[in-house]
Amino acid sequence: MKTRAEQCTAWLLAGISTLSILSMAGIVLFLLLDGLPFFRDHSPAEFLLGLHWYPTDEPMEFGILPLMAGSLAVTALATLMAVPVGVATAVYLSEVAGPGVRRIVKPFVELLAALPSVVIGFFGMVVVAPFLQEYLGASTGLNLLNAGCMLAFMSIPIICSVAEDAIHAVPGALREASLSLGATQWETIWHVVLPAAGSGIGTAVMLGMSRSIGETMVVLMVAGGAAVVPSSVFDSVRPIPASIAAEMAEAPFHSEHYYALFATGIVLILFTLVFNAAAFRMAEKNRSGADC
Amino acid sequence: MTTATHNRLRLRIQHIMLGLLHAAAAVNMAALSGICLFLAVRGSSALSWEFLTAYPRAMMTEGGVMPCIVGTFLLSCGSMLLVFPAGVATAVYLHEYSGSSRITRCIRFGISNLAGVPSIIFGLFGLSFFVTFLGLGVSLMSGMLTLAILTLPVIINTAEESLRRIPQSWREASLALGASKWQTIVRIVIPAAFPGMLTGCILGLARAAGETGAIMFTAAVYFTPHLPESVFSPVMSLPYHMYVLATSGTDMDKTLPLQYGTALMLIFLVVGMNLLAILLRDRMQRHGRQ
Repeated sequence: MKTRAEQCTAWLLAGISTLSILSMAGIVLFLLLDGLPFFRDHSPAEFLLGLHWYPTDEPMEFGILPLMAGSLAVTALATLMAVPVGVATAVYLSEVAGPGVRRIVKPFVELLAALPSVVIGFFGMVVVAPFLQEYLGASTGLNLLNAGCMLAFMSIPIICSVAEDAIHAVPGALREASLSLGATQWETIWHVVLPAAGSGIGTAVMLGMSRSIGETMVVLMVAGGAAVVPSSVFDSVRPIPASIAAEMAEAPFHSEHYYALFATGIVLILFTLVFNAAAFRMAEKNRSGADC
Repeated sequence: MTTATHNRLRLRIQHIMLGLLHAAAAVNMAALSGICLFLAVRGSSALSWEFLTAYPRAMMTEGGVMPCIVGTFLLSCGSMLLVFPAGVATAVYLHEYSGSSRITRCIRFGISNLAGVPSIIFGLFGLSFFVTFLGLGVSLMSGMLTLAILTLPVIINTAEESLRRIPQSWREASLALGASKWQTIVRIVIPAAFPGMLTGCILGLARAAGETGAIMFTAAVYFTPHLPESVFSPVMSLPYHMYVLATSGTDMDKTLPLQYGTALMLIFLVVGMNLLAILLRDRMQRHGRQ
């Protein structure tokens, strides 16, 4: 028996549920509204391939290639460090650790994910930067390597928890078959479990990269802020989010600089959407693979 | 003989690799405890009654962080008041009403994308939409709305997770007794799932309290001489204050104790709330099993 009131409630809930789509659409729409006016006076090629980012000099130059290079460099470095540790922790939690140890280690990983980014940035400034300067001979401690390390710590928990779910989903029968054929536990992990969880681990890596490339406060505080294409890990870089965060407060409202920063925001959200879409597709593949 | 050496080699490899896995887990624990301990040791000397209750003084080189604590409290609690009902409603719709229709897939697509948007993009959106387009200005209100959208996926996902944990038989029992679907949801399903939803709310609070990028153009200011008078006043907040102290002080050494103190306050708040959520969840899972 469905009364009219019941039907209304269902519609009301459906209406509220569209908030998430509306928000996403709103974010894209307003980024475009404030970002596209930039291209009235500048060509996209000049914007994307320009080597100089001098938004406040005369003449102003808005080339975001150094910013994109900075973003990709910190993301690549962070991923390189975070993937082995994250996946290894996931394997440890799901294959090696007993339930007692797991109940202690797992909260540590979750709390690591919860640390506010501004605190990690601060830690990078007061601890890692002086260390790099003193012991590794970097001319400045605020550089690509520092930002990469700090971002790695932020993406390890994400990679770990997504990879752990993927490893958990591998059927126990596969492990038992491998062990019964005489393989050691490690050989089972390396030759059976990890390949079976492959696409899920791919999802984890993609989500970790998406987190790294979008992270703002860490790169704003420890990457150094020089808008140049880096040539070594000790170079100072200015990733896209750092540039937006540092300059938006000073950019006059509806000036060229303001529009340019929104256009940079469009590029950033495109990067993250690509990583998320890749993660999503790998997860889909995983699901269809598990069915057959 | 060769087989025996080979097997010994295999066992040795097994030993080394499992050792590395242990080490990886230890890295996580060391990182978290290292950061927390370091800040606790350096920051505890700065914590005092004055630090917690006074305004910043002398160009922010002395005094306390009271207005930042108040601002962060208002921002995160306000955003939860806005987003919690909407998030729970979405989760109820997704789990109890819709099957796997096209609209459900759309909603899920929206949620998963929203969860991946960088915080600075939320800041740009807030600046463009709430601050400028709606004319709310740099204010508590703009910040709360921006943070509400940012935490929406967290609330929806944890609420749906807790709905999933309610046994189907409870719903069927209620319906068999003649209750309508809505009565079943309001009287049976939501009360049973509420602790889990609350866990999501705590996680959302913590996320909002530690967020900087989303509020730096929408709500937070360097300094205000008084507490916010209405939702349309700008506020100070702990994470933004932390950033300002660490990067743009005129006399960095003098403010160092304040920086450590603020960082300690912030992780105490955020990690504490997360720990509470984890403990709550653990408890529920154990009760669920019995």
